[in-house]
Amino acid sequence: MTPSHSKGVNLAVSGLGRSFSGVPVLSEVHLSVEAGSICVIMGASGSGKSVLLRHLVGLETPDEGSILYNGSPLSEAITWNQIEMAIVFQQGGLLHSLDVGENIALYLRETKRLYDAEVEPLVDQAITQVGLDVAHDKHKMPSDLSGGMKKRVAIARALAIDPGIIFYDEPTSELDPVTAVAIGKEIRRVNKDHGTTSIIVTHDRDLAFGIADTITFMAQGRLTDPQTPEEIKSLSDPQTRQFLHAGSQKDYL
Amino acid sequence: MIRYTSEIVSLGLQTLQAWPEMWHHRRKVIQCFYDMANASLLMSCVLSFFIGGVLALQSGPVLVERGLSFVVGQLVGLSMCKELAPVMMAILMAGRIGSAITAELGSMKVYQEIDALWTMKINPIHYLVLPRVAAILCALPLLVLFSILVGWMGGGLVSWLNQEIGLSLQAYFSHLKAGISLQDLAQGITKSIFFAMLIGIVSCHHGLQTKGGPRSIGRSVTQSVVQSIVCILISDYAITRIFVWIE
Repeated sequence: MTPSHSKGVNLAVSGLGRSFSGVPVLSEVHLSVEAGSICVIMGASGSGKSVLLRHLVGLETPDEGSILYNGSPLSEAITWNQIEMAIVFQQGGLLHSLDVGENIALYLRETKRLYDAEVEPLVDQAITQVGLDVAHDKHKMPSDLSGGMKKRVAIARALAIDPGIIFYDEPTSELDPVTAVAIGKEIRRVNKDHGTTSIIVTHDRDLAFGIADTITFMAQGRLTDPQTPEEIKSLSDPQTRQFLHAGSQKDYL
Repeated sequence: MIRYTSEIVSLGLQTLQAWPEMWHHRRKVIQCFYDMANASLLMSCVLSFFIGGVLALQSGPVLVERGLSFVVGQLVGLSMCKELAPVMMAILMAGRIGSAITAELGSMKVYQEIDALWTMKINPIHYLVLPRVAAILCALPLLVLFSILVGWMGGGLVSWLNQEIGLSLQAYFSHLKAGISLQDLAQGITKSIFFAMLIGIVSCHHGLQTKGGPRSIGRSVTQSVVQSIVCILISDYAITRIFVWIE
């Protein structure tokens, strides 16, 4: 968990396609993300963002196309431990039978097979890094945590993996604006301090424009080319503009 | 049906393949074992006592009337150890422990905890299924042994206290001892090992296959209990046939 600025992972997705019961959910998805950058995937609910994320981390197998991490196919990258990846799930994905410390230690104990004496300092470090208090929060159960704290613990668990790439699935959903900003800052800080590549799936415009290096839109299972936030703002595509500007006071009238 | 059976067999084989991981998960196995024993010991004690008692109560007067009082102990003894204790305890385990396993794994599946395990390169079969199956494999045979002893005592007490039977405890247990061999006891324990494996695998399978929201957890639990009981009864017949053939 020493800060490193060179371990971020390149991601290259090409021609990814997936159908469920004959209905195409992803079609011809192309995406290229540079090592160490933050790429935000935006899109309306049900557009296929989370399904894409599940494919990127290997939880689903695509019907066609390829996913390359640093040039290696996903299956090889996972099987041969060429890269470490972590995902922060929408609801945290914390194991409810384990306390905060045990959740963060899970990967270190079960996958790395480290001894308790080696695990504890790493867990304490991860807890501190996300702004939680070791003495106060380490032994809390997930059911005792607020939504924001759950996300922080999930980020701490991701940090304990020391990943080259972190995926965030709707990291600010169900959070109040203040906590959402704090989580956004946390993502940015993790990206800067650890040099990890970050891929964020969200429909939170403020988060996306606040922290993204590149933004891509997903609609009907297809992704647009990643562009910088400034480029996105100047786009004239009606669908994108509608998504970016919907929700103003007059839309409710 | 074929697909379901192949999924169960496949999960069973994967669990057996994971057996070398057992030492690493020993604490979880002990914890699961403790939870299972804690949840089922009292219930098993009550059930077994009354099953033994009812056996003696129903068969005793008839047998004594025909001058076969020495058969009461043997009948209760053999019925408990060869059939009733293994089957009743397995059904109890399927209802109490199997349902809890399915509900726990099902909720872990629905709330993405199992996905989280996969992304941390932790195989849920090693981390979740193996400790539970290992614990139930230890718990059920011990529970059956306990149930047999309690059932015998239940039968003995009823035979002694019921005036229509009127057997002394000494006479009841000496008849029982004469009619039971170690092989009979081994048959009951062997059955319970098969049943334990079935309950463990079927309940873990249903938990891991849960899809959708909280309602589907309830559906999985119901299916798990029903299918465990059906599997127990079918395999009970098959195992008994094998024992009869061997004898």
